[in-house]
Amino acid sequence: MNTEHKKRPSRFVGIILVLILLIIVMFFVTLSTGVINISPMEVIKTLMNQGTDKQELVLFDFRLPGIVLAILIGAMLSVSGVILQGVTQNDLADPGILGINTGAGLAVVLFIFFFQDTFNSTASIFMMPLFALVGALFAAILIYSIAWKKGINPIRLVLVGIGVNAGFSAALIIFQLKMNPQDFRQATVWLSGDIWNASWMFVLALLPWLFILIPYALHKSNALNVITLGDEVAAGLGSKVEKERRILLIIAVALAGASVAAGGAIAFLGLVVPHITRKIIGPLHQYVIPISTLTGALLLMVADTIGKNLLTPTQIPVGIVVSILSAPYFVYLLMKTK
Amino acid sequence: MLSFIHRSTTLKIIVNIVTLIILLFAIGLSVAFGAVEIQLSTVWQAIVNFDQNLTSHQVIQELRLPRAIAAALVGAFLAVSGAIMQGMTRNPLASPSIMGVTHGAAFALVIVLAFFPAATNFGQTVASFVGAGVAVVLVFMVGSFSASGLTPAKLALAGVAIGTMLSSLSNILALHFQLEKQLGFWLAGGLAGTNWTSIQVLLISGAIGMVIALMIAHSITVLNLGEDVAAGLGQNSFLVKVLGIISVLILTGAAVSVAGVIGFLGLIVPHLTRFIVGTNYRWIIPSSALFGALLLVLSDVVSRLINAPFETPVGAVTSLIGVPFFLYLARGSGGEKS
Repeated sequence: MNTEHKKRPSRFVGIILVLILLIIVMFFVTLSTGVINISPMEVIKTLMNQGTDKQELVLFDFRLPGIVLAILIGAMLSVSGVILQGVTQNDLADPGILGINTGAGLAVVLFIFFFQDTFNSTASIFMMPLFALVGALFAAILIYSIAWKKGINPIRLVLVGIGVNAGFSAALIIFQLKMNPQDFRQATVWLSGDIWNASWMFVLALLPWLFILIPYALHKSNALNVITLGDEVAAGLGSKVEKERRILLIIAVALAGASVAAGGAIAFLGLVVPHITRKIIGPLHQYVIPISTLTGALLLMVADTIGKNLLTPTQIPVGIVVSILSAPYFVYLLMKTK
Repeated sequence: MLSFIHRSTTLKIIVNIVTLIILLFAIGLSVAFGAVEIQLSTVWQAIVNFDQNLTSHQVIQELRLPRAIAAALVGAFLAVSGAIMQGMTRNPLASPSIMGVTHGAAFALVIVLAFFPAATNFGQTVASFVGAGVAVVLVFMVGSFSASGLTPAKLALAGVAIGTMLSSLSNILALHFQLEKQLGFWLAGGLAGTNWTSIQVLLISGAIGMVIALMIAHSITVLNLGEDVAAGLGQNSFLVKVLGIISVLILTGAAVSVAGVIGFLGLIVPHLTRFIVGTNYRWIIPSSALFGALLLVLSDVVSRLINAPFETPVGAVTSLIGVPFFLYLARGSGGEKS
């Protein structure tokens, strides 16, 4: 046990390095594949500013923002999932399944519906994560209070989440149909978890959230470790359980909300990644959070590449690929849960 | 509980007759209401004394009457399917849309449209029976391999997960074969495309499904007391379940092939019906059919009112009605074994 504990930091560094290497490999694979083939060598050349105009256009304006966005969204949704699973002590928690993503999506659609014309397009891209956050928080509070019945039972929480999700989706459909066609298309992009219409603006809008929230979550990882042990143990260890739990929940909801605003309403990703990560490194959140960040980014890039290349020229939205890959895992977890 | 109705056969007959009268009135309303308002008296004239030269009579005969009748039939079928499923599994959350059955049917329909575009209406209906069947088998397999058995909540979650997966697969096929529009229509649920051919399909399969349902109604009442009781009374529970599943598949398959995925109807109506007429399935099945028909005809009218002159998918309307009810049930039964 003791030696195991000592080995962990070096193992942790090793895993981080392997994951970064894999992400770099995937980065080039994703950049070079697609409807227009650009070989990895040419990708490097273009990145060094020596490519043709066409290659530059394809890479810098279309593929690169999409990939960077995939990395950011993958990281944020995964950390959100880690925190949600830890705080609710629930293996089945995920911002998509619980309806937090749909809550954020509804807020974004309402924003487009009522306020789009008030702001210019740049300002509205930066406002969207805020609105998404409000929607996500509202959804989270709603779900939590409906599911509360002398405590939170994991299955009941997920079930209530699914119900709230269905309600929000219905409201979404009704509002979407009231929009003008252009706004309608814009709204549809979010809901299918499609990240290819990405632009650098979305990347910029997401970055502050990522750089504030994930380090803050890491900073709180000890609190998260304690909460995972159960309320009584946590209180016994002198942790202000409810306060810490609330802070952590807000971080998780904010991460999910911001991702949705940028086009990543991707269900099941935040469910699967924490499980994979805990299998690799164990339950300590100091390790789980950084590694989930990388595994989430990697997984979303892989799913994105599959979606783009499986049935070319048809491009499958990445959210659909993730659902198909992860829904069976959800079913497996469900079968194990008591 | 309305126990005075539960005890008196006369009162039950009166309840059903009153519902039938309201239903006929609602169908009349549904026909009268639309882009061009038509007087109820004209509706009556068009039915009893059809005049080919009048546009209003033609609109009624060709568009509005089939739509209203289809709404009534689809509503009745989904409600009866839900009643049978809830009765057989003693699971308050069982219903065709929650258990993934409707998504299975929609998936099969997309396959048929993609690979056998020449298939007739009848072929499509058969395909949706098969798809519904596959989904049912999958969900029950997951349930029976579960660690702590088939709790109502778990079965519902398994259904949702499998439904999500099937609809993701449908999405991919639809994108690849450019069938998004048809799929979008099925997933949202709508009655706009109905004509007399769809009514034929509904009537033929409905007659078979309903006869089976009424045949096993008494056995379901007994089964609902528990399998041990049923066995003690000398009932062949296996045969009843097989017949029950067949009738659910036929009814749901026919409904989905005409109107797409209409959520929550099959969940709410049986609960409502049990509240009014008691626990005898000889009454529950016909009354569910009437209440379901009434609810869908009215929802269809509402779906045309929300955003007139455009139509809102009727599935969104039924979801908005059904979600609060689902949440109430989820709070009651979530996590605990029934």
